[in-house]
Amino acid sequence: MSDSQPPAARGTEATDAADLVLPAGMPGARIVAFGHYQPAKVVTNHDLAESVDTTDEWIRSRVGIAERRIAGPEESVADMSVQAGGKALAAGGLSPDDVDLVIVATCTPESTIPNVSAGVAHRLGIRAPGAFDVNAACAGFCYALATASDAIRCGSARNALVIGAEKLSQWVDWSDRTTCIIFADGAGAAVVTAAATPGVGPVVWGSSGADADKIYIKDRHSYLVQEGQAVFRWATTALHPVAIEACRRAGVAPEELAAFVPHQANLRIVESIARRLKASNAVIADDIVTAGNTSAASIPLALSRMAERQQLPSGAPALILGFGAGLTYAAQVIKVP
Amino acid sequence: MTEQEILAGLGEIVEEIAGVPAADVTPEKTFVDDLDIDSLSMVEIAVAAQDKFGVEIPDDELKNLKTVKHVVEYVQAQGISA
Repeated sequence: MSDSQPPAARGTEATDAADLVLPAGMPGARIVAFGHYQPAKVVTNHDLAESVDTTDEWIRSRVGIAERRIAGPEESVADMSVQAGGKALAAGGLSPDDVDLVIVATCTPESTIPNVSAGVAHRLGIRAPGAFDVNAACAGFCYALATASDAIRCGSARNALVIGAEKLSQWVDWSDRTTCIIFADGAGAAVVTAAATPGVGPVVWGSSGADADKIYIKDRHSYLVQEGQAVFRWATTALHPVAIEACRRAGVAPEELAAFVPHQANLRIVESIARRLKASNAVIADDIVTAGNTSAASIPLALSRMAERQQLPSGAPALILGFGAGLTYAAQVIKVP
Repeated sequence: MTEQEILAGLGEIVEEIAGVPAADVTPEKTFVDDLDIDSLSMVEIAVAAQDKFGVEIPDDELKNLKTVKHVVEYVQAQGISA
């Protein structure tokens, strides 16, 4: 085959062909609304202390969690996505017909085929949108938001529904006290539309595949495994430069941020990154205290709950930072809707 | 760097990260039992020590450094060989 002419070499015949036409695109994209959903069942640290060797004090001091929500046996990632996505659409005043792109960030879908997003779109009455799932673990929402924003800017979509949803409870060994105290279930969503001035800043994203063995689920019959101390070291040393760079690229100084909403992995990681970011005027998200670590759902879940509590001033800049298995990470500054 | 300088620097780090007064950070103290510092704070202390002293303390080494003296000696030894 190496001797044969590559197809491109025959391109001389096509030099007179017209250039491909691209849509004009838009100057920017912005988030117009959030929505979220949490399962009804609350599991406290005291509940867990009855089944594994742990205490409320230990969990609070090591990870900062007081209680978390766990989905029912019949409740799926798709169900939670529909709930969160529907609320975001209603809050944004958009009808299903307005949406032409649906992205679900998740690493715990019920099935690998079909994807979650197409079915969620159908259940929300969104007709024939572009629909795909993103797996960047706990960084998934930031990856999905960046993709939606870029699709809108390029004219590939007008209005996008971006969802982060997880059912980690089905991948956790409930006798493993190092993981069952951390992970939880939930969903958050954002409606992203075209905008004359950008409300979603440039993404700073990356990965470190050499550290893939730090957080993993080996196969569909296995539980989630995490090297907590190694992940903690990475998160507290490698990520604040990513956060600072996302601010720099968006033209926003850390002290101008009204909120810092990193992935809710562990309250001590959140506080460590916040300290080094020096976002002295920002509300620091601590949603993990009552929501647990919900991976790709944690950032939109926190944003939505903070917006509901009126902790996020409209129009103000907020920094989001996702990070997790892969290892993967992504950060961008957004304008609060 | 002298033993005293490392000890003083380590005291500042421990005070900032774990809220333990620097004066309490004396050579014979154990981190876990005497100073009530947990494994995650030890990681933060190791990272801060790297910034301050230019000596990396990997997780595998960190678990063997039980007392303040152990860390001071480790930093001193690595600082000389570096």
